[in-house]
Amino acid sequence: MTNNGTKRNILSMLVDNQPGVLSRVAGLFSGRGFNIDSLCVSETVDPLVSRITLVAVGDMSILEQIKKQLNKLINVIKVWDFTDTEFVQRETALFKVRAKPENRAEILRMADIFHATVVDVGAEYYTLEVTGDEGKISALLKLLKPLGIKEIARTGPVALAREKK
Amino acid sequence: MQVLEEEGVEVVFGYPGGAVLDIYDELVKTSIRHILVRHEQGAVHAADGYARASGKVGVCLVTSGPGATNTVSGIASAFMDSIPMVVLTGQVPTQLIGNDAFQEVDIVGITRPCTKHNYLVKSVESLAPILKEAFYIARSGRPGPVLVDLPKDVVQGSVTYKPIKELNLKSYNPTYEPNIKQLPKAIKLIKECRRPMVLTGGGVILSRASEELRTFARKIDAPVASTLMGLGGYPGTDPLWLGMIGMHGTYRANMSSYECDLLIAAGVRFDDRVTGKIEGFAPKAKIIHIDIDPTSIRKNIPVTVPIVGDCRITLRKLNQLMDKEDLAGIKAVTRPWLRQIEKWKATKPLNYVQGETIKPQFVVEKLCELSRGEAIITTEVGQNQMWAAQYFHFDRPNGFITSGGLGCMGFGFPAAIGAQIACPDRLVVDIAGDGSIQMNIQEMATAVQYELPVKIVILNNHYLGMVRQFQELFYDRRYACTGMDHAPDFVKLAEAYGAVGLRATRPEEVEPVLKKGLSIPRTVIMDFHVEREECVYPMVPSGKTITEMLLT
Repeated sequence: MTNNGTKRNILSMLVDNQPGVLSRVAGLFSGRGFNIDSLCVSETVDPLVSRITLVAVGDMSILEQIKKQLNKLINVIKVWDFTDTEFVQRETALFKVRAKPENRAEILRMADIFHATVVDVGAEYYTLEVTGDEGKISALLKLLKPLGIKEIARTGPVALAREKK
Repeated sequence: MQVLEEEGVEVVFGYPGGAVLDIYDELVKTSIRHILVRHEQGAVHAADGYARASGKVGVCLVTSGPGATNTVSGIASAFMDSIPMVVLTGQVPTQLIGNDAFQEVDIVGITRPCTKHNYLVKSVESLAPILKEAFYIARSGRPGPVLVDLPKDVVQGSVTYKPIKELNLKSYNPTYEPNIKQLPKAIKLIKECRRPMVLTGGGVILSRASEELRTFARKIDAPVASTLMGLGGYPGTDPLWLGMIGMHGTYRANMSSYECDLLIAAGVRFDDRVTGKIEGFAPKAKIIHIDIDPTSIRKNIPVTVPIVGDCRITLRKLNQLMDKEDLAGIKAVTRPWLRQIEKWKATKPLNYVQGETIKPQFVVEKLCELSRGEAIITTEVGQNQMWAAQYFHFDRPNGFITSGGLGCMGFGFPAAIGAQIACPDRLVVDIAGDGSIQMNIQEMATAVQYELPVKIVILNNHYLGMVRQFQELFYDRRYACTGMDHAPDFVKLAEAYGAVGLRATRPEEVEPVLKKGLSIPRTVIMDFHVEREECVYPMVPSGKTITEMLLT
C-alpha cells in the first residue's frame, strides 16, 4: 500500500450541521500535509445535516486512510468517494473580463456558446456567470484569458451520484 | 453531577480554578472522591493510570486556560494508547468566549486532533446529554479520551435533570461483531500455514481478550510476541512466549516475525517502532489482522485477511470454528518451526553481565522476583521503560502501564498514583529514570497527602539514557545536553515531601533496598545508582529492518 500514484478525488459527505465540524474534516487533510483544492458546504433538506463536497489531489493510499478517518469522525454521517464512479458534477464561476469595445461582441458570442450569462456590466468590465463541469469552466477561462481577466471566483464542484438507469 | 454518579464515577483527579468553582462547590456534596494533584498534567496521567488499572473511564477536572492546556500532553498520550477518559475543562462564560478573556483558551480547537471527540457545552439543557455521550464514546469501540469544555455560566445555570435513556448518535456505531465471511478465510490460512506466529497488542488488553488469546495460541501451537502495549495480554512465562517485538524486541521475536509464513495480529496498529522498515516486515507472511478500528487496518502494512471487530469476540468465534476442525495436522507441521525458535532463544537470549556497578536490568529482574511478578508496573519513558518491558515478566493484563504511542516522559509516577487508587491493595511500582521522574516530581505531595504506598524505583544513570544511547551509537559519542549531573538528592527530596528515601550504589545493596522499600507501607523512592553508559539491547536502528539488530 505504498505509492499507488496520485489522483484527483471528489469526496462527498453528510455531516452534522454544527460549528467545528468543518474544522475536524479539514484537519484530517492538513494534518497529513494535504491541500484541499476546493470545498463546498451547505445545508441539506434536513437543516441538522450539511453536505460537504471536497476535491483533493494526493497519494491514493493516504486518501484511503483519510476516508477511513472521516468515517470515524463522530460528526460525519456518511462519506462517498465519487472517483471512478458515475456522478454528475456542477460548478459555477464568475469571471470579470476586460471588455474593450472591440472585444465586446466576441465576449458575448463566447458567453452564448458556453451558455454563460452576463450578470453585471461596467464601463470597462463585464461579469460573466457560467455553470458546468470543471472542463467547461476551464475551457471558457482559457478563451477569455487573452482578453484580460481582472478577477475570478469559482465555487468548486458540487456532485451527486447518478441514479441507476 | 447526577450523570457522573450514574456513569459510575468514583474518583475525579483535578485541580480547581476560577472557571470550575461552581463544579467544585457541587462536587464535594456528592459521593465522588476528589484527588487533588499538584499539576494538571498529573491529573490526566493519573486518570489514565486509573483507567488502565481498573478498566473504567478515568475522569479529570481542571480549570480554563492554563489548566486546560496543561492537560494536552496527557490527553495526547491517552489518545495514542486508546485509553477511555473524560476530561472536563472549565471555560470562560459563553458571552466572553472569543474575547481573549482572562484564562481563556480554545481548548476544543487545541485538542481536536488528539481526542476521540470533544464538546463545547453551550446550554445547561445540553449538558447532561453531552456528558452521557462523552462517557459512551470514551469507553465504546476503540476507546479514547473525550474532552468536555464547560463555560462558567452554563454550569451556573440550573435545569431539572431528566434521565437519558437513549443516545442520539446516528453516525457512531462501532463494529464489535466480525464479518462472518472473513472468519473461514482466516481458518483456511491457519490450516495451510507451517510457520504461524501471533502478535498481540493493546487491543487485546482493552477488550479483555487474554483468555481467548491463550486458547487460540495453544490450539495451533503458535508462538506469541507482543507489542509494548500488549505486554501482559499473554503470560510472559508461557513456553510459547517470544517476548516483545520491535525496536527493542527480543532476538527470537524479531527473527520469528521475519521468517513466519502466517502472522495473526490482534489489537495492534503496526506502529513504526514495531515494524521497523516496512518493506522488511514479515516479508514471507500472509497476515490476518483483527482490530476494532478500520483505520488501523492496512494503514501501514498490507493485509491478507482483514477482520474488523472486537478482539475478544473475534478470537472467541475463531476458537469456536477451530473446535470443529481437526488441528492435529497443524501441530505436527509447526514442530520444526518451534524448534527453530528454541534455537534462537538459546543462542541469543536477553542478557547482561552484573559487574562492579549496579546494572539497571538487574534491578528490574530483582524487582520482578521479589514482587513475584505480581506488581502493577508503570514506567516513565526511555531506557527505564524498555528495561521494564524486557526484564519484568508480565503474566496478567492491566499490570503494565506505560505511555507507548506518545512516549510521554513524566507519565509513570502520576499514572502509578491513579493505579494505586484504582487498586488500593496491590503493589504499584513506577520504574523511572532520573530524567523522567523530575518531570512530574511535584506529585510526591499528592501521593503523600493521600497516603498512597506507591513505590518509585529510579534507575539513576545521571543521563537522559535513551537519548545518550542514540548519541553513543549514531552521533559518535557526542553527548550533547544529555548529562543530568545536577539532579537533586532523591533521598532527601523524598524526605522533604514526607516520604521515605532509600539509596543503593553497590550491587549487593540492591536486594536489601528493594526488600526494605517494598515492605514499607508508605510512598518510597528507591534511588539506584546504576552503570552510567549501559545501553538497551537488542536495538534496531531507525529505518532498518527489524532483523538488523544490534545485540551488544
